[in-house]
Amino acid sequence: MILISAAIVVIMLLAAAAALLFKNHVAAVASVGILSLALSLLFVILKAPDVAMTEAAVGAGLSALVLALGLRRLGLWQIEHTDTTRRGITDPGSQRDA
Amino acid sequence: MRNLASLLFAAGLGFLLMVFGLQFDFGNAPMLVGQAIQSAAPDQVGAANIVTSVVLGYRGIDTLGELAILFAASTAVGLILGNRHTSTKQDPDSGVILRAGGELLMPLLLVVGLYIILHGHLTPGGGFQGGVILAAAFFIPVLARPSTHLKHTGMSLIEGFSGAAFILIGLAALYSGGEFLQPLLDKGVIGNLLSAGTLPLLYLAVGLKVGAELAGLLAHLAAAETSES
Amino acid sequence: MNLPSLDVSLDLILYTGAFGLIVIGAAGIVLARHLFRVILALAIAEAGANLLLVLSGYRWDAIAPILMGSESTAPMVDPVPQAMVLTAIVIGVGVQALAVGLAMQVKKTYGTLDMSAIRQRLEADIAGNAGIATTGSQDAPLGERPLPPVDAVPATPGSSTP
Repeated sequence: MILISAAIVVIMLLAAAAALLFKNHVAAVASVGILSLALSLLFVILKAPDVAMTEAAVGAGLSALVLALGLRRLGLWQIEHTDTTRRGITDPGSQRDA
Repeated sequence: MRNLASLLFAAGLGFLLMVFGLQFDFGNAPMLVGQAIQSAAPDQVGAANIVTSVVLGYRGIDTLGELAILFAASTAVGLILGNRHTSTKQDPDSGVILRAGGELLMPLLLVVGLYIILHGHLTPGGGFQGGVILAAAFFIPVLARPSTHLKHTGMSLIEGFSGAAFILIGLAALYSGGEFLQPLLDKGVIGNLLSAGTLPLLYLAVGLKVGAELAGLLAHLAAAETSES
Repeated sequence: MNLPSLDVSLDLILYTGAFGLIVIGAAGIVLARHLFRVILALAIAEAGANLLLVLSGYRWDAIAPILMGSESTAPMVDPVPQAMVLTAIVIGVGVQALAVGLAMQVKKTYGTLDMSAIRQRLEADIAGNAGIATTGSQDAPLGERPLPPVDAVPATPGSSTP
């Protein structure tokens, strides 16, 4: 039990750090989704199934959808790094996904 | 310089929280209110899921306030983003796989969402979770086919009527001599689908309201103008 | 296989997770240079706060707060914080959507999402509308930061700089 929760906590903290450090915004939103999923697993371990269900549906599903839609509408949606030296966010020709 | 100060602030905040947090006796929550609710809930409310009886029974007014906050948020998003201009550039329609998948997923998600809402007083789940799944069910076809629109009038009607139903059930409890939002009707047998009085009806209203509100919010976000960077 | 001795307790791990999330979120809110990162950091801090609330109601050897059968003798974890977190999560997504909508408006008005550029333009706008000269920043020597050019973006009504 301790090992499982320690692994989940490590995943959570890594995902949280990655969400702030990734240059690519899509990857950052994806790591927030991973964080929510790990958190819902932790809620199951903590015997809070209702909260786990809400977190899985809202945090990993709807919140990621809202953020991804926001990225799309803000013109930040970019899956591939065309140029690794520049910040992907200031790339003028925002590349559309296929 | 500023970064160093901010990192120091973060480290200090973490240390402070850790010192405070380790003062608590973890795993032995005093649970004064919780104990009372746990012993009284099966007789007073009759729901197998104690969390549901807390959300809708003992803290029903909190839930009403939460719905009000959600309504305010979705109204504010509509106000900020404004109405869609017909000249706005749209995303292209997606391929046949996504469209077929979206059409296949929608009825399944509807069934799952309604199941979760209606069994909220028996199993984990309820109006909030099921409502979110309903919103996803209505929004997936829009994602697969961006040229279609959700009907805003229908959404607002569902939202308004379910919100009114929640308050009316609460007022009915008040009229029949109880407290606001006190569960009415027959308690039934714990564990049956038709038990816990008006709780399933309240959760149905919550679920429809949350679903319609979030779907409308997503539709507003999706219909906003894409700004080129 | 000989595992290293596990003398860290479960509560230390869980509290580290909750406080780690809160601290990472707070640091992100303060340090982020891009407005969208601030929204992400807000979501992270909120997740940490929710975890902390659920932790406060945990009990050893207790079952989940759902009645199996008719007897209710077994100890349960505290249902009240769980009910609060349930509503907090749903409110969180509403707040997040509102923040995304506001970010869209910022992008439309100012044409950028960079925090320092937004702050500068905001101060210039406020000073312009109030009819006073912008005060210099305390970090930079006076005169180093000129006002942004007026026609950098399409001018919007009410945002004229003197």
